[in-house]
Amino acid sequence: MNGGDEVVAAPPGPPQLLDWKFSQVFGERTAGEEVQEVDIISAIEFDKTGDHLATGDRGGRVVLFERTDTKDHGVSRRDLERMDYPIGRHPEFRYKTEFQSHEPEFDYLKSLEIEEKINKIRWCQTANSALFLLSTNDKTIKFWKVTSQETSLVARSRRVYAHAHDYHINSISNNSDGETFISADDLRINLWNLDISNQSFNIVDVKPANMEDLTEVITSAEFHPTHCNMLAYSSSKGSIRLIDLRQSALCDSHTKLFEEPEAPSSRSFFTEIIASISDIKFAKDGRYILSRDYMTLKLWDINMDSGPVATFQVHEYLRPKLCDLYENDSIFDKFECCLSGDGLRVATGSYSNLFRVFGCASGSSEATTLEATKNPMRRQVQTPSRPSRSLSSITRVVRRGPETPGVDANGNSFDFTTKLLHLAWHPTENSIACAAANSLYVYYA
Amino acid sequence: MIDEPLYPIAVLIDELKNEDIQLRLNSIRRLSTIARALGEERTRKELIPFLSENNDDDDEVLLAMAEELGVFIPYVGGVEYANVLLPPLETLCTVEETCVRDKAVESLCRIGAQMREQDLVESFIPLVKRLAAGEWFTARVSSCGLFHIAYPSAPEALKTELRAIYSQLCQDDMPMVRRSAATNLGKFAATVEAPHLKVDIMSMFDDLTQYDQDSVRLLAVEGCAALGKLLEPQDCVAHILPVMVNFSQDKSWRVRYMVANQLFELCEAVGPEPTRLDLVPAYVRLLRDNEAEVRIAAAGKVTKFCRILNPELAIQHILPCVKELSTDSSQYVRSALASVIMGMAPALGKDATIDQLLPIFLSLLKDEFPDVRLNIISKLDQVNQVIGIDLLSQSLLPAIVELAEDRHWRVRLAIIEYIPLLASQLGVGFFDDKLGALCMQWLKDKVYSIRDAAANNVKRLAEEFGPDWAMQHIVPQVLDMINNPHYLYRMTILHAISLLASVMGSDVTCSKLLPVVINASKDRVPNIKFNVAKVLQSLIPIVDQSVLEKTIRPCLVELSEDPDVDVRFFASQALQSIDHVIMSS
Repeated sequence: MNGGDEVVAAPPGPPQLLDWKFSQVFGERTAGEEVQEVDIISAIEFDKTGDHLATGDRGGRVVLFERTDTKDHGVSRRDLERMDYPIGRHPEFRYKTEFQSHEPEFDYLKSLEIEEKINKIRWCQTANSALFLLSTNDKTIKFWKVTSQETSLVARSRRVYAHAHDYHINSISNNSDGETFISADDLRINLWNLDISNQSFNIVDVKPANMEDLTEVITSAEFHPTHCNMLAYSSSKGSIRLIDLRQSALCDSHTKLFEEPEAPSSRSFFTEIIASISDIKFAKDGRYILSRDYMTLKLWDINMDSGPVATFQVHEYLRPKLCDLYENDSIFDKFECCLSGDGLRVATGSYSNLFRVFGCASGSSEATTLEATKNPMRRQVQTPSRPSRSLSSITRVVRRGPETPGVDANGNSFDFTTKLLHLAWHPTENSIACAAANSLYVYYA
Repeated sequence: MIDEPLYPIAVLIDELKNEDIQLRLNSIRRLSTIARALGEERTRKELIPFLSENNDDDDEVLLAMAEELGVFIPYVGGVEYANVLLPPLETLCTVEETCVRDKAVESLCRIGAQMREQDLVESFIPLVKRLAAGEWFTARVSSCGLFHIAYPSAPEALKTELRAIYSQLCQDDMPMVRRSAATNLGKFAATVEAPHLKVDIMSMFDDLTQYDQDSVRLLAVEGCAALGKLLEPQDCVAHILPVMVNFSQDKSWRVRYMVANQLFELCEAVGPEPTRLDLVPAYVRLLRDNEAEVRIAAAGKVTKFCRILNPELAIQHILPCVKELSTDSSQYVRSALASVIMGMAPALGKDATIDQLLPIFLSLLKDEFPDVRLNIISKLDQVNQVIGIDLLSQSLLPAIVELAEDRHWRVRLAIIEYIPLLASQLGVGFFDDKLGALCMQWLKDKVYSIRDAAANNVKRLAEEFGPDWAMQHIVPQVLDMINNPHYLYRMTILHAISLLASVMGSDVTCSKLLPVVINASKDRVPNIKFNVAKVLQSLIPIVDQSVLEKTIRPCLVELSEDPDVDVRFFASQALQSIDHVIMSS
């Protein structure tokens, strides 16, 4: 269980160390191509079956991809799985359609610009052959239906859930009851019925009477995958609260609190900043919650609130650099995290377009670093046991903006301008989709 | 409609395919006209198949279509052809929009209820089975609402099958389907024979009540009351009562909330003794629930519950809780209580009302939250019947005055709406002394809605107490205010005058009201002048022709030459009305 930030050789015994391979890239940059701000991917989400993948970008667009490798034969995928179909197949996607989900707006009452950037996408239950999804920017959530009409695909906004958030929406999450969802901003969580767009119920409100007393904000929230009454939300102080909607209409008091105080010895000016949780995800079985803070991934058992069952160091090597990271605001970057469908592995992003995969099954010491390029494993060679190679010998795609490359003690380079914030794990297979700026990379193992 | 020429029909049919939603909607709403023009046969062979294939994507169009088809039997040739209407409705039962599906189910039920038994077996029941086995949950959700129509006509073997299918729906993977099964269980159960009711239906009920998603359980609560009414009292006590008592202590407040709403309905089904032993304690627990939402629901049913119980039980068990709720920490609980508590008076009788309820009324009348006070005042008539108003009137006045001066205009508006009710309950004497001044004060409120309501109030008071009283207590005071320096207030008075005129009759209008209006036509503000024109127009049916000619017309003629275009416009409108009246007389 002790993950390290370096790559460890496969331990004997199951589960096997995964051998990650490049599968696909969409929107790959050619050398020297400038990345347009609006093209940068800001959200990634697989649907429940894994047959569809959606991305959102800063330009307010949603792009849909569909799986192609399961549809060309007569046998259903479920049957194939049962037959233990020989490995060698892996999820492959093709561009399906895209639509403009959000437009830039201006709030005249508050004199605020509202960006069109898609913060989150969540797939909804399919009610017929159409696809349904929710997308949100900072203020407005939209419910989309995508249907094929004759030869083309048409996306229609079915409902708009607006004017319910004073602060920026950071999360939306569907409930397993199939009829409600939540939206969370910095201070409040609202509960909606999918069918009703003109009212929502405020279920969590952490806004203090006096804003000067504000010490903690909500950073992420998600419903339990099967218990419709349970949801978790994380905070900027590094805690996760589990709430039970059955207990009360206003869930200001939590059922369980998960947090791990920093040892007093290592406290510093940055302690509180790096403790802030940027993302939480329930494992598919609902028993575990994965959280990401600036330095680590933590896995929590919802039956054990004394501390995380596992901690994986992601950015430990950055600790000496926190001052610089604070200066250039990188310390506030919000990295997402994800779990594999079988719950055996977790993944999260890092700088230099790297992402890390850790084994979290007991006895596993799997810790792999991959780079979002066509050759994801080349980072593998940079293990501390080997002399570090000069980076300049590796041809890299040209990046936009000023580079601040550096090399840490382990020979890892870090480039704060290329950060891999968003990634998602396929619900049933070992396949990860991740965003490097405007490019979507898919890997499989 | 029948005489409409054929040309518009062609247009309507064309518009069914138009890109503009409004045109399609318009056409769908007149589907019966199209059908009549086409005739029964062409409606069956062309229009209905066209509608079946029409996969319109707009919910409003689909909703209208689902609704129209429900009353379409006459247009396809009567009941023997009703089955041709099933295919388009079956498609509508599978769309993702809930309100469209619900409407399609409603229409199918309406049609099914008229269909011949043989047709039900041959086409309606297969449709129900297809939907129940549907790939998408939407179809299965819709199917649940059709069983009660299908079941009675089914032969024995098919009945067994339908019960088995419904049982499957109660255990569906999708909570949405289970919710629909729970919602419709009562209706279906009402059609099932007694022996099966006790076995099959009760086991379905058990499945639903034990499901761990509270979103399903809370709908099963509704089934409790419905099933309870179908079962013999002893079966109800044996099977339903324990479930309801369990639900009343469910972990989920939403389930307890539903119980609080439904519990009183079970009292009659189980009979007095189990009510006393089990349901009263359960209800008392809900009245004292930790969750305010549950107490709100329970408080709202306090009167209904007391009406079922005998007065001793109510006084012994419910009344102490009511006392607690009247000082509840949640204003919404107090407000819910206040909206029903007056109705307890008839149920408890005079003595208990005076001894026990009156102090609670009085404390609620002093509540810091205006809604609580308003709710008490709005139901004053109920308590008046039992103990008379005198005991309350001392406390009423300060409450009314405070509400009348509340800083929120919506509160002021609410109390104005109750003034005629108060006037009728309190009588002229009380009103003259205490409330008359308030009514005049509202005419000078800063908020337009209040002034508008106040003008209406003046009229309703004149109706309540009669023209003679109004002549003394309202008219002079109102007319005085026409000299207010602010034109907006003068406008309110003009409005009040036009409302009063219809109540006061011709004489008073001509002698008292009209001169004031005529005088106002010389106002310096054009808005007043064109309102004068409007008021004069409204007086036309009330006054004699001579007055029209001698007083009103000259005034309007003068206004019709006013420099202001709006004044000229409304004056000429009024003059046209006069001409119209004179011509037709």
